[in-house]
Amino acid sequence: MNRDNDKGKMLIGRSLILAAGQVLLLFVIIARLYYLQVYQADKYKTLSDENRISTRLLVPPRGVIYDRHGEMLATNRQNFQAMIVAEQTPNVQETLDAFKKIMPLSEAEEEQIKKDLKKNRSFVPIKIKDNLSWEEVARIQLNAPDLPGIIIDEGLTRYYPYGEKTAHVIGYVSSVSEQDIRRESDPLLEVPGFKIGKAGIEKLYEKKLRGKSGNLKLEVNAFGRVMKEIERVDGIPGEKVELSLDARLQSKAYDLFGEETGAAVLLDVYSGEILAFVSTPAYDPNLLTQGVSSKEWIELNKNEHKPLMNKVLSGQYSPGSTFKMVVALAALESGAISPQTRSFCAGRMFLGNHAFHCWKRPGHGYLDVVQGLQHSCDIFFYETAQKVGINKIAEMARRFGLGQKVNIGLENEKAGLIPDSDWKRRRFGEPWQLGETLISGIGQGYILTTPIQLATMTARIANGGYRVKPTLVKTTEKPELEKMNISAANLALVREGMFNVVNAPGGTARGSYFDFHGMKMAGKTGTTQVRRITMKERQTGIVRQEDLPWKYRNHAVFVGYAPYDNPRYAVAVLVEHGRSGSAVAAPIGSKLLLEALKLDATAKPVE
Amino acid sequence: MYKFYETSFKSQSLTLKEKFQSLNFAYLMFIMILASIGVTMLYSAANGSWQPWALNQLLRFCLGFAVMLVVAMIDVKYFMRYAYLFYFATLVLLFIVEVSGHVGMGAQRWINLGFMKLQPSELMKIAMVLALARYFHGTSLQNIETVRGLVTPLLIVLIPAFLVMTQPDLGTALMLLFTAGAMFFAVGVQLWKFGVVLLGAIVSMPIAWNLLHDYQQNRVLTFLDPERDPLGAGYHIIQSKIALGSGGVFGKGFLKGTQSHLNFLPEKHTDFIFTMLSEEFGMIGAIFVVVVNILVLVYSYAFALRTTSYFGKLAAVGLATNYFLYVMINMAMVLGLIPVVGVPLPLISYGGTVILSVMASFGIILSVNINRNINIGKD
Repeated sequence: MNRDNDKGKMLIGRSLILAAGQVLLLFVIIARLYYLQVYQADKYKTLSDENRISTRLLVPPRGVIYDRHGEMLATNRQNFQAMIVAEQTPNVQETLDAFKKIMPLSEAEEEQIKKDLKKNRSFVPIKIKDNLSWEEVARIQLNAPDLPGIIIDEGLTRYYPYGEKTAHVIGYVSSVSEQDIRRESDPLLEVPGFKIGKAGIEKLYEKKLRGKSGNLKLEVNAFGRVMKEIERVDGIPGEKVELSLDARLQSKAYDLFGEETGAAVLLDVYSGEILAFVSTPAYDPNLLTQGVSSKEWIELNKNEHKPLMNKVLSGQYSPGSTFKMVVALAALESGAISPQTRSFCAGRMFLGNHAFHCWKRPGHGYLDVVQGLQHSCDIFFYETAQKVGINKIAEMARRFGLGQKVNIGLENEKAGLIPDSDWKRRRFGEPWQLGETLISGIGQGYILTTPIQLATMTARIANGGYRVKPTLVKTTEKPELEKMNISAANLALVREGMFNVVNAPGGTARGSYFDFHGMKMAGKTGTTQVRRITMKERQTGIVRQEDLPWKYRNHAVFVGYAPYDNPRYAVAVLVEHGRSGSAVAAPIGSKLLLEALKLDATAKPVE
Repeated sequence: MYKFYETSFKSQSLTLKEKFQSLNFAYLMFIMILASIGVTMLYSAANGSWQPWALNQLLRFCLGFAVMLVVAMIDVKYFMRYAYLFYFATLVLLFIVEVSGHVGMGAQRWINLGFMKLQPSELMKIAMVLALARYFHGTSLQNIETVRGLVTPLLIVLIPAFLVMTQPDLGTALMLLFTAGAMFFAVGVQLWKFGVVLLGAIVSMPIAWNLLHDYQQNRVLTFLDPERDPLGAGYHIIQSKIALGSGGVFGKGFLKGTQSHLNFLPEKHTDFIFTMLSEEFGMIGAIFVVVVNILVLVYSYAFALRTTSYFGKLAAVGLATNYFLYVMINMAMVLGLIPVVGVPLPLISYGGTVILSVMASFGIILSVNINRNINIGKD
């Protein structure tokens, strides 16, 4: 019985210890709660917010690009996309099959959709097809009962109303590349589907057009599904850009080329504002913005007419006879010839044993500098170049902007080439040959210029020797222009020659003459050889340019300005393998200048 | 002559009315407070809806409450009389589950009764306590202090613990072992024997480690370093701590726990319901729940201590310990103090069997208290 008592006491004692121990352990729980919920609360509050808040960028609308009159050249258009939400359809494949009956999908598209579906959670809408027309949207909505899980989504895509006509100025936007992301740190670049300027004005004014991103704070659950919006900070829309272009002239210029390949620039001779800037053929920027297949891309690259090349800036051509103004000015300014100096053209001349021909085999007879320009007599300019020397010619050419980049900001501009004796020594380690001076006198040989340089040169001749610089930006005030220090009388002589080219009988661009309320054009044609017609071809009867394959035909050049007595616009036209400056390039230049005059009712004399 | 199925009684039984009047109403209130908190949290877990958990839980609690009252009205002597029978019956059920589990697919822990799934391992927690209480009731302290005297009670513990372990249900097996350990301690087994067992456990740890299933090993490793696999096994613990910590002192408010409602918190209606409660009601709410549980424990021990019969005392201590283990393991687990072992928080977590078994335990504890003045003979 004693032991029984002990047994009971033992139980009571040990039970008390157990109870105390257990309550103590529960106080450990309380201590732990204090540690986590008071001591470490801030840390876990942050982690909890990181868990639930997902910040998304709001893409600002891209700035609109306008022409000088407020016509939209690049804008944002509502884009309808068909999307599929996997969790909203009982069978994704069936829905896709039903969709295909309404709108065919290519195999590549279908593969992409399946890849995207696999990659994303089932509530994420996956793009099936974008850029749907109104009619297509209607067709999908009409069939909605058969298309569970298909939704129509609206977004903004870049749209170029003038398409190919403005392609080489405006450029296009496209998906962000790895290099783009490495170059700058704007978080917008990481947004799926975001597009940035890849060429032209879109690239040049990328920062301005893009705007600033906004922020959208969303509450998401553990699966990433959006539960509600917490905060929205709107971004700043991209700024507009106003260009100097005139959409009507731009269109006209593009249309004038028809099937021809080449480039044309028309600019204001005082402000330098470019009103038309075309390179043909062009690509469709709307297509590039949507993304072209690699096959289409290769085709664009392989095309021998080079639609991707901006020929206004990147095309380097011999200026041919349009260079003769520079030679004439170099000679007149240096005193190598006087306005009265005459040369005799017998159709050819000799330098040592080598014969140099005039384009007109029978010869022009006696000519002064004005007549030399009017008839584009090669002999006159061979002799003049011989008198003045290559270095003075080169110097004059550079003063008119040839052989150097104009730097209007667009990419891939080429500098062209104005050779002189130093250059020859540097480049080939050989002294300059007199024969090369002769060839340079008619704008052939090593000389290379771009169409925009020719337009600049023409504007500087037309405006009386002011160093005007071309620009694509609309300017409201007239820039302070630097005088080039060229005698007004000499410039007048050159301009008279250019007037006669168009307006006098026997002028090489006589066919392109116009008289619009007394406003007339002055200009200069050029035809530059791409390849000589060989003796063998002469024998087989191929002597005409039209009979040669396209890529062997001569380039056609024309530069001009109008009105003659009160110059306002200068133009440069280059038609690749256009055969003849007077027959092909001059009519385009003439029509473009005439159109500019017609459109410009405000043309007023400049004081 | 000792017959294990028979006991003799010295005192008369109480009438039903007397028994009902002897119910401890404060104790009942604590239980109801915990259960209401449970229903409230389940309502929140379903984003403010009675479906699918809260209403079910309420009904189960009502059933459990009825079971508790019925059990409380039973004389303690009957628990003692049928302790072994109940134990063997439960052991048989455990065998059945074990066998069918091997025949069927993977781990199966329950017998489907149609209206509910019966988990024999839950029943075993009570059956083992009663069997041990009866055994120690009938033996002497000398016997308890010998090694031979511990053979039978050890078998009573180890056979079901082994069966449960192989189900595999490590959490329940550990609870059986700990409960039994506490009872062995309470009846006066010398401390050095616990030391030997502890030493043996440490020595056999590497062998035991290899016997653990991969997922069990993972849980331990993940507990030791939750960042080891933040999206896999460690995810539970990390998210639980974030939910708790971010709740702060006052919580995020009812139905406003972002971690739970945005599904970052797993198992929020079962094992991790305490986390959700702590997120929404903060440290204040969490400590309140702990304190009510402490009160339940303190009352249970008080009942045990003022009871005359050895069997009643020990049964109450064992059942209280069992309840304590539920609460302690669950809370320590969601607070990142021990590995995730899958033990629910009784009365609050969603689940039918646990409510019934815990309510039945409370019934027995109440019955012990009601019959506190009735002595029970040795055999």
